[in-house]
Amino acid sequence: MYVAVKGGERAIAAAHGLLAEKRRGDPQVPELAVEQIEEQLSLAVDRVMSEGSLYDRRLAALAIKQARGDLVEAIFLLRAYRTTLPRYGYSEPLETGAMQVRRRISATYKDLPGGQVLGPTFDYTHRLIDFALEAEGDVPPARTAPVGDGAMPRVTDIIGDDDLIERNPPGDPFRPVADLTREPLTFPADRDLRLQNLARGDEGFLLALGYSTQRGYGRTHPFVGEIRMGEVEVEFFVEELGFAVPLGEITLTECQMVNQFAGSKTEPARFTRGYGLSFGHCERRAMSMSLVDRSLRAEEFGEERKGPAQDEEFVLSHSDNVQATGFVEHLKLPHYVDFQAELALLRQMRNDLAAQAHPSQEAAE
Amino acid sequence: MTHAATRQAYNFAYLDEQTKRMIRRAILKAIAIPGYQVPFASREMPMPYGWGTGGVQVTASILGAKDVLKVIDQGADDTTNAVSIRQFFEKTAGVATTTETTKATVIQTRHRIPETALQAHQVLVYQVPIPEPLRFLEPRETETRKMHALAEYGLMHVKLYEDIARHGHIATTYSYPVLVAGRYVMDPSPTPKFDNPKMDDCAALQLFGAGREKRIYAIPPHTRVVSLDFDDHPFEVTRFHQPCALCGANGSYLDEVVMDDCGTRMFVCSDTDYCETRQAEGHRGIMNQEAAE
Repeated sequence: MYVAVKGGERAIAAAHGLLAEKRRGDPQVPELAVEQIEEQLSLAVDRVMSEGSLYDRRLAALAIKQARGDLVEAIFLLRAYRTTLPRYGYSEPLETGAMQVRRRISATYKDLPGGQVLGPTFDYTHRLIDFALEAEGDVPPARTAPVGDGAMPRVTDIIGDDDLIERNPPGDPFRPVADLTREPLTFPADRDLRLQNLARGDEGFLLALGYSTQRGYGRTHPFVGEIRMGEVEVEFFVEELGFAVPLGEITLTECQMVNQFAGSKTEPARFTRGYGLSFGHCERRAMSMSLVDRSLRAEEFGEERKGPAQDEEFVLSHSDNVQATGFVEHLKLPHYVDFQAELALLRQMRNDLAAQAHPSQEAAE
Repeated sequence: MTHAATRQAYNFAYLDEQTKRMIRRAILKAIAIPGYQVPFASREMPMPYGWGTGGVQVTASILGAKDVLKVIDQGADDTTNAVSIRQFFEKTAGVATTTETTKATVIQTRHRIPETALQAHQVLVYQVPIPEPLRFLEPRETETRKMHALAEYGLMHVKLYEDIARHGHIATTYSYPVLVAGRYVMDPSPTPKFDNPKMDDCAALQLFGAGREKRIYAIPPHTRVVSLDFDDHPFEVTRFHQPCALCGANGSYLDEVVMDDCGTRMFVCSDTDYCETRQAEGHRGIMNQEAAE
């Protein structure tokens, strides 16, 4: 006798119970504190904040804990929370030139005002597993050079002073900045919308696209003009006060890529820019973003669009990992109604073919 | 969190009122232009994209405290995702829910239209994965919007014609394209084409929500909905060669259930409410004879 597949409700509740148990793991092992994730898995926190589009270290750490370390799941949790928050307004544009820099490197100049500051980086570490980390122990305080009091101008501003790089278009305070969390994505997309999309795009997707431009699918001849990471003050203009008040500071990574120059008979040749910005310390994503940003400007510079990274609809429609993971994983949901329709058609087609092959048999029946 | 605590932490039916207004505006526009895909600023929902976020947002925006909600997936009320969405609204809106098609005022569905004819006081909300009927013929949104604007649907007819040339008939069994009110070609969401005739001249309002793709479209009550076809190859619904094994219904959409590993199959109504109602009325199928005795 056929037993209907009932009990969905109980099955769901039981599955969630299992998940909670699995999340906790062996109860003999101390439970992970959110502070530990925040402090010791800080780059995971940075990525979740960036792609979750919400600067809240503690909440991101909690989401990572809840997601059992699945970062895309954690990003999704943060996004779903973020969308319920009221929006008071928009901050003033950030001044990354005034960043309290913890890391700043340029690949285009050997030395420059403010110097090269390596900061906390994996670069130049030998990727040998450090078995000493298995044992707990104190880390000796790191030695740092005295902080210079000199300014640390952006490299692109230095190049810009010689008029050798395109100028960023001046901001228009009366033109609203695009916001894809409030308006559906439309094409063609202006650069502000593209940058917003890339800023929350999946790191792996951006990395692969950026990489593809280096391998010839829409080459842009990039140089890292500068990567800087550090703290920037966020200001909010208060209507009642008539001036901007600081809300606090956030950690940012900014990458300015200096690319293939463009010019014409009338216009002197200049380098072009690709821009990447990320919450926290996310160098890989900031660099990838700047490569893709520049590639997406192909039309602006009259370049032939032949690589996927130059294709705005392709890139912007597929960069969001919350959308992507949802739709890919929805294939887990039951599809038996549609499958049944396909089965019926398939059988009919096979019968038709068999009938054609043996018409006499059918006639006999 | 208890349901009461959830309701305190979130607005009625989860979405804030500003978002609901935005969605209602999109719905009104969609009703005004039947079959036209209205872009809307879809929100992240606490369930994944592709799992009904569009339908959930539409339902959340139209739901009132007195509504009675039914949620089905593959025609069934007890499929896991239908259970999950129903629980979501029980938790966030506290509305009454039902599995009975006739008692519901709002029915959210994935992949099916109930067998029981819908009434004027009901709204059917479809969950839509890919709202663009032309998407698999033309991947670019900029192009497909142009094609809709110009009612340039030749590509779709060519596709259907090629099906006939290759297979002898139109080889589209679900998401079968329809022409709404003589103007827009529309994707009925991946419902089987068996359900297409139910959309035509339907007394209920039909709303379609695509969350990930950020589109809403609608079929107002009693609108002409025609499945695309050719004079010499008219549209045909899928027919089953046996009645439901549980309720004996002829002419309902059937699911094939694998009984063992020796090729035994049974066919039962995909619409569980329809099937159960019929059984309650005393109808019996071949696999259900002993129960009747």
